[in-house]
Amino acid sequence: MSLTKEESILEVRNLRTSFFTDEGEVKAVDGVDFSIEKGKTLGIVGESGSGKSITSLSILRLLQEPVGRIKEGEVIFKGEDLLKKSKKQMMAIRGNNISMIFQEPMTSLNPTLTCGEQIAESIRIHQKLNKKKAWEKSVEMLKLVGIPSPEKRAKQYPFELSGGMRQRVMIAISLACNPELLIADEPTTALDVTIQAQILELIKKLQEDMGTSLMIITHDLGVVAEMCDKVAVMYCGKVVEYADVKTVFTDPKHPYTIGLLNSVPKHDEDVEGDLAIITGSVPSPFNLPSGCSFAPRCPSAKEICHATLPELAETSDGDKVRCWIYTDQWEKEGEAVSRHE
Amino acid sequence: MFLYIVRRIFQTIPVMIGVTLAVFLMMHLIPGDAAKIMAGENANPEQIEQMRENLGLNEPLYQQYFSFIGNAVQGDLGNSIRTSRAVTSEIFDSRFWITVQLALVGTVLAVIFGLLAGIISATRKYSFADVSLMVIALFGLSMPNFWLGIMLIYLFSVNLGWFPVAGWGTWEHMILPAITLGTAGAAIIARMTRSSMLEVMDQDYIRTAYAKGVSDKLVIYKHGLRNALIPVVTVVGLQFGTLLGGAVITETVFAVNGLGRLVIDSIRAHDFPMVQGTILVCAVLFVVVNTMVDISYRLLNKRIDLN
Amino acid sequence: MSDQALLEVKELKQYFPIKGGVFGRTVNHVKAVDDVSFTVNEGETVSIVGESGCGKSTTGRAILRLDNPYSGNIYFQGEDLVSLSKSQMRKKRKDLQIIFQDPYASLNPRQTVSQILEEAMEIQKVIPKKDRRKKITELLETVGIGAHQIDRYPHEFSGGQRQRIGIARALSVDPKLIVCDEAVSALDVSIQAQVLNLLKDLQRKFKLTYLFISHDLGVVRHISDRIIVMYLGKIVEVADKKSLFNQPRHPYTQALLSAIPSTNITERRERIILTGDVPSPIDPPAGCRFHTRCPLAFDRCAKEEPKLMSVSGSGYQQVACHLTEESKA
Repeated sequence: MSLTKEESILEVRNLRTSFFTDEGEVKAVDGVDFSIEKGKTLGIVGESGSGKSITSLSILRLLQEPVGRIKEGEVIFKGEDLLKKSKKQMMAIRGNNISMIFQEPMTSLNPTLTCGEQIAESIRIHQKLNKKKAWEKSVEMLKLVGIPSPEKRAKQYPFELSGGMRQRVMIAISLACNPELLIADEPTTALDVTIQAQILELIKKLQEDMGTSLMIITHDLGVVAEMCDKVAVMYCGKVVEYADVKTVFTDPKHPYTIGLLNSVPKHDEDVEGDLAIITGSVPSPFNLPSGCSFAPRCPSAKEICHATLPELAETSDGDKVRCWIYTDQWEKEGEAVSRHE
Repeated sequence: MFLYIVRRIFQTIPVMIGVTLAVFLMMHLIPGDAAKIMAGENANPEQIEQMRENLGLNEPLYQQYFSFIGNAVQGDLGNSIRTSRAVTSEIFDSRFWITVQLALVGTVLAVIFGLLAGIISATRKYSFADVSLMVIALFGLSMPNFWLGIMLIYLFSVNLGWFPVAGWGTWEHMILPAITLGTAGAAIIARMTRSSMLEVMDQDYIRTAYAKGVSDKLVIYKHGLRNALIPVVTVVGLQFGTLLGGAVITETVFAVNGLGRLVIDSIRAHDFPMVQGTILVCAVLFVVVNTMVDISYRLLNKRIDLN
Repeated sequence: MSDQALLEVKELKQYFPIKGGVFGRTVNHVKAVDDVSFTVNEGETVSIVGESGCGKSTTGRAILRLDNPYSGNIYFQGEDLVSLSKSQMRKKRKDLQIIFQDPYASLNPRQTVSQILEEAMEIQKVIPKKDRRKKITELLETVGIGAHQIDRYPHEFSGGQRQRIGIARALSVDPKLIVCDEAVSALDVSIQAQVLNLLKDLQRKFKLTYLFISHDLGVVRHISDRIIVMYLGKIVEVADKKSLFNQPRHPYTQALLSAIPSTNITERRERIILTGDVPSPIDPPAGCRFHTRCPLAFDRCAKEEPKLMSVSGSGYQQVACHLTEESKA
């Protein structure tokens, strides 16, 4: 292991996850690489079908087998490959060293167990505390995530709580055992803006207090800009751009990242006239184009883009981009060719 | 919750009225003159007229209904033509309790075996165990009661001699009829549990449980089954009612003197008050059981209570 | 855009009864929309923004009488929609159309695209039968769906395309006003931008008036002329786009704007984080409904309900807040 990588808590290398359906194989995650530094936040951003959520489920090996299967790759957590661990070893890691928050606080909590019971469950499993101690700890956790009258709330069922409160309970569950890495899959997508602001603030504060590393999966570029240190932009199962947050928002390189940033209607900026758009739509996962998956929608695509998939390569300023434009090859190519369907 | 129970009991009133009306009309609208049949084959017209008068058949239909209800509420369902005893004592002296006992044991067996099979199937989707259990369940569903009963007698009583062939009295008498009765129910519960369980195991909170590091076994029983059981409870309640109906045939096959036999015998003997009374008692029992199921469903699923 | 009011909503209330007790009597009401008045001028895009439960969608549904209003008047071209009979209202729907958030749920899965559009035309009898097929092709062309896809079923389209079909259906009867209820909320960013541009295009082309209901202030800023901010069934602020985004007056509007995560990474603004949740609309707080969460609330806010009043400034702006009123006085 090289010296520069030593501070990273998680390193994903060449991860490939597929779904095997009646209609054929869907390569949901198709060669993904990234790493998360200790105490830092990585954002994975992309639209639906980009494979961002599947990437996060693959890390904890939570896919529904045998339909979904990790075919290849390494997930190195603190120097050890999670994909080589036994089922039992994985159980000891989940919720303890690495935990997860999901998108829908409505459906992600068990409707027939009280909030306190659901928090206490992971405490009892991983910290081997008795029932009473675990309960006390879960009330403490509810207090920590800013739920008023935690003793009372612990005895309530999820449906008695508002969406924001439920997401706080989810956070309490995930942080109950002091994990080193927290994976948040669209943690605020289902919430209203003012509640989203509360939850993001809370996650940030707890992350600082506990020194947790964070991985946020989202489609909301605003959330990425507010929360993350590094960003991986995904499209059709591949990382197309991987850079620190400032670069991505001030000097985006990949045409998809540029298009995505321009498509967002901004609330703090006047836009006169039409929004800049990305034409067309995401290709069907059963029938991905050869070459670069974005080529059919890319305004600058040349012959080579349609023919050959570019590598995720480092540019002069240290960012990684999967695009022919930033290679020596580009100048040798002819004019842009549009191949719309 | 208390309010709900009160409301639920109030809601049974229109159902009860419907049930009594249906039973009453059924007996009065079927072809054939009740008075003629009851007076006997050799009766002369005057005797038939007398019988009609006695039975109140000359009154307008609505009046007949009201007096039927009025008497029924006071526990008077008339007298049996065949035995001349009160219908209520014919029913409640022993027969009712035998049938209820049989139905209860049948239900318990159905629940135990149905749940077990359902859970095994759901957790091993598409495995050999799953496929064979579901094939057996399909058999159980499609086999007619009388045939199953006869087969069980042939196998376990006649060939193996483990259980008595027919009759009632000891627990050994109860086993085969209860199995006969419970098989279809077990099959339905097994299929229901399987599909409900599969649906629940697909829910987001199951993924949350796995993400917490909960073991497979605990995820299935603590998180899965608890939620999967909610719809199954309703089926169990309905099943109990179906069992009462099934008892008619099963009791005949095993020569058990329960309500089922009583209905058959009474129909054969054109014993109108008896048939009417027995059907009414069964219907009321069915309504009571279903009300109880609804209430327990509510207790189990606290979520509805608030909305 | 003209100054002529196309739609005028007056003192609209939408209360939904809550049943309870042994006999299912009405024990209380959900006060989803509570005394709301506003106008929409011809050719204008007015947006209603707010968080879930503020009553924005309920207002939209009440205007089309998808749910009959509890009280109040809705004047469309001077005619009170509330007083119309059911069949009269059905005819009126030719002029008032709605596009929903989930295009899939609002399209019949067993009808092809052309059947869906033809049915809408048939109900309103706007176009003679023989011209319909041509018109359908034209319409689909306008919303960006090729003529070769005309006989396909909704499930064969992507989410963005389905929303285009929903738009085509609304357009098929030549409406004057289209209510867009979270019409682009379910779409991915890149598709959302396409649909927003399309809506703007169509407005120019067909002189449409939009009532745009959304929770996304970025989208709202992009598409609207005027914006109504709602909180717990009440309007807290109405203003033209410029005034609202450059100088929000109501503390709720200010909090709402500052809560949105911004992609502007170089200029970080101060955040106003509201505490707590939105109170229940069954038993809303007395006085100003926002006072329980307002960082600037004072005594008067809990006692007296503020009225919507104009604020002097460069543009058009009305606020319901005691603070602005007192600073003026």
